[in-house]
Amino acid sequence: MPTDPRTPEPLSLTTFTQGIWKENPVFVMLLGLCPVLAVTNTATNALAMGLATTFVMLCSGVLVSLLRKVIPKQVRIACYIIIIATFVTIVDYAIQAISLDVHRALGAFIQLIVANCVILGRAESYASKNAVINSFVNALGMGVGFTFALLCLGVVREIFGFGTLFGFELFGANFQPWAVFALPPGGFFVLAGWLFLFAYFRKRREASHAKEPHVA
Amino acid sequence: MSPDSHTFIFLNAFLINNFVLAMFLGLCPFLGVSGKVKTAWNMGLAVIFVMLVSSVCAYVINHLLVRYQLEFLRLICYIAVIASAVQLVEMFVKKFSPALFRVLGIFLPLITTNCAILGLALFQTNRDYNFTQCLAFSFGAGAGFTLALVLMAGLREKLELADIPDTVTQAALSLMIAGMLSLTFMGFAGLGG
Repeated sequence: MPTDPRTPEPLSLTTFTQGIWKENPVFVMLLGLCPVLAVTNTATNALAMGLATTFVMLCSGVLVSLLRKVIPKQVRIACYIIIIATFVTIVDYAIQAISLDVHRALGAFIQLIVANCVILGRAESYASKNAVINSFVNALGMGVGFTFALLCLGVVREIFGFGTLFGFELFGANFQPWAVFALPPGGFFVLAGWLFLFAYFRKRREASHAKEPHVA
Repeated sequence: MSPDSHTFIFLNAFLINNFVLAMFLGLCPFLGVSGKVKTAWNMGLAVIFVMLVSSVCAYVINHLLVRYQLEFLRLICYIAVIASAVQLVEMFVKKFSPALFRVLGIFLPLITTNCAILGLALFQTNRDYNFTQCLAFSFGAGAGFTLALVLMAGLREKLELADIPDTVTQAALSLMIAGMLSLTFMGFAGLGG
């Protein structure tokens, strides 16, 4: 029996889109930054990581939502962590079976999805309060948003750091790789650059909104 | 120095492959708690302590799991062990040193979600460290975390007075500084051969 007042939200398009743009976990909420910076040196790794995280987010979202009336409130965080850890173990073994190269490139970071606060945050703030379908759609949106952010970083870093995109040669033989983008500092710089770009556009839009009433 | 020696393992975790600046582990507290040098220092000490405890626990657990051929349960066990280790440490500190408990405050329970701790446990298992090597590794990683946190906090304290363009949000600015710190730490590559 639920003891606390639940606030079920109606299923709408925003359930899906809020994770992609308005509440993007990486660019807006700055959550789960460790994998974002660590495995985005190539676009392929970024995509694999994004898909793995999306899968875990979907499965744990659905299961948490299904069990939301069964799990006692006092031990809910521990329960969520165990659910997430189970799905991460599944993903870890699945990737190992599908592509050993990707598994080697991502290393321990697949298992570190457990400690990704985006997933736990979704379980706690959305899936534990909403119906299964809503949680599924919301987790899908968040996953897409997360993958989008990873790709934003991965594409930039691979083009500059290796001169390739998804492994395909982009420039001629004379291209001199800008090595720093493939190395750890590049991750910090590229993410800072994206944040700077978004902040710049937001400032400009706010400025134009502020001007409009005077014209009208 | 051979790669198995304790000094090398310590230096490797401390400077060359610094957990925060080269491996990107524990970024949330790195960006969140690095506002003041004093809190950064206390947070660092708490992390060193939890790292040592959970490293020892993870070592024992891994031995048990390998013995009973239950390796697929490793991740679930580690995360449960870390959560309870943090809880234990919190109770211990509260009982024996209330003053320290007050200073650490909310940062103590938050260490559970620090991926540097879980990362440490996973890496020491992947690299097959023995018991004393585990201790050297976890102490180096904790010290490296503290070093990065304190350096960052020092820089941010100075930046309070700096004149910066207002488009540069707090987060973007912190990431820029972190990038520069990370560049500096790359100079340690090759140390110890």
